[in-house]
Amino acid sequence: MIYLTLIIVLPIMAMLLKVGGMGLEEFWRIVASNRAFAAYRVTISAALLATAFNGAFGLLLAWVLTRYEFPGKRMLDALVDLPFALPTAVAGLVLVTLFSNTGWYGQLLEPNGIKVNYTLVGIAIAMFFTSVPFVVRTVQPVLEEVEGGLEEAAATLGASRWQVFTRVIWPTILPAFMAGCVLSFARSLGEFGAVVFIAGNLPGLTEVVSLLIFIRLDEYNYEAAAAMAFVMLLLAFAALLLTNALQVWQTHYANRNG
Amino acid sequence: MHKLLSAAVAALAIGSAPVLAQPTDLLNASYDIAREIFAAQNEAFVPVYEAETGTAVTINQSHAGTSTQARAILEGLPADVVTFNQVTDVERLVEGGFVSDDWQSEFPNNASPFYSLPAFLVRGGNPKNITDWGDLARDDVQVIFPNPKTSGNGRYTYLAARAWANEEFGGDEAQVEEYLTKLFSNVPVFETGGRGATTAFTERQLGDVLITFEAEVLSVRDQLGAENYQPVIPSVSLLSEFPVAIVDQVVDNRGSRDLAKAYLDFLYTTEGQEIAAGHNHRVNDETVAAAHAGTFPEVRLVTVEDEFGGWAQVTEEHFADGGLLDRVFLNQ
Repeated sequence: MIYLTLIIVLPIMAMLLKVGGMGLEEFWRIVASNRAFAAYRVTISAALLATAFNGAFGLLLAWVLTRYEFPGKRMLDALVDLPFALPTAVAGLVLVTLFSNTGWYGQLLEPNGIKVNYTLVGIAIAMFFTSVPFVVRTVQPVLEEVEGGLEEAAATLGASRWQVFTRVIWPTILPAFMAGCVLSFARSLGEFGAVVFIAGNLPGLTEVVSLLIFIRLDEYNYEAAAAMAFVMLLLAFAALLLTNALQVWQTHYANRNG
Repeated sequence: MHKLLSAAVAALAIGSAPVLAQPTDLLNASYDIAREIFAAQNEAFVPVYEAETGTAVTINQSHAGTSTQARAILEGLPADVVTFNQVTDVERLVEGGFVSDDWQSEFPNNASPFYSLPAFLVRGGNPKNITDWGDLARDDVQVIFPNPKTSGNGRYTYLAARAWANEEFGGDEAQVEEYLTKLFSNVPVFETGGRGATTAFTERQLGDVLITFEAEVLSVRDQLGAENYQPVIPSVSLLSEFPVAIVDQVVDNRGSRDLAKAYLDFLYTTEGQEIAAGHNHRVNDETVAAAHAGTFPEVRLVTVEDEFGGWAQVTEEHFADGGLLDRVFLNQ
């Protein structure tokens, strides 16, 4: 408890105190300005895109890692955690180089009219890269624990493979899957290092909230930075409450049918 | 909980007690694209200092945007000296009580050992025929420079472009803003620092022209080949001072004032000036300047004082939230 207080609660309190120093009107002027709104829009849409992709791709990866044996599996398993270990700025630099018009991916995409660098897609890709382990690592252990017997029983009772998945496996892993998605979404909202390199940073178009906070700090405008951070904190809290609500609902659902 | 807190306070108190022995290391907090020049200055300074005092010292460098550096020092980064590219960021340290308010008279030339100016770098052969500020607002030109909101380098670019436009349009503010808006809309990506902008222009081949300090422009040309990149010095530009200061609060605490003073003095010696000029910075030492005259074309320079009424006014009018910069920045 003391750990949590010292490491998490006190810093948040300090931030709230900074916000508390300004009037409600001032706070509203900062967090509801056109520029701030554009930044929320860019950040949230990119985070949603990244999370959608992450959900699909992460689930697939978790599935492959738990259900199949193949050479290089351990290697792949270790690779999943790389985005956690890598400084995100390095990730950003690498991505922007790959997707530039002379890079490996960019030289294939750009002639076809697909521009990644300095667009919303680029921001989403950077977010996807840095948050991919969340879905895999939350779904994987649950998937491992799904009892083989349950699946066999369902199959004996005449369920098709698809039915086994949708009726038996999916409901079991859904809470973990949702939790992974929300974590990945929350992480994407705050990502800075990877995103600034690929975003383009044009105000109103490709400027993300974390950069705007950084800009406010460079203007020595601590209050404005804290106010925007507070909005992000609220969003993160809302996301976490949503996962909890989903999990509670899921447990009820499972119990009723169990 | 109470015990823990008082233990922590006690530990902090011991940690911050003045160190009596003269330290043999020094931290120089500097701006983004100054890595190379200070690496060279440090290498030259260490043997000179050792010959004079018999002490071998280590000079550590820290580089980031100067506003970021100033904020870090305000929040406890123990930098003994700052070598910035903007007066305003040193002024922040004065306000915070870290630097004495007469710092600009502590060293010659407003405490600016060398200077530069925003200049252009274009691709080999100048395919878009870019010769002056006016060309940057053309429809077929893409311009790269760092975000003025996060970079001193970018702020100089904005002010230099405005100084040119003020003259060109005879001070007609509407026309000046129209020009600047056009210029800003020609920027495909705003890197957060000067080196990032250089990388975007050279590595990623973005844009037709890079605007950055002349020192960086010439260095890129030297490193990546005169056939690939050529400098273009505009008809008029803005004197960019690189102010240095001793961080009094830190040196008094660490007992490193003599070392810090010797270090910054070295930048003004013939050897220090020679290194600065070798790294494509313009210098005030007449002999060194004459020896390097071939490197630096004549250019008419305006100053922030004459053109904009000083840094304090510039900050308030142009760079504050909702100021003139935001007007052109957000009207794209």
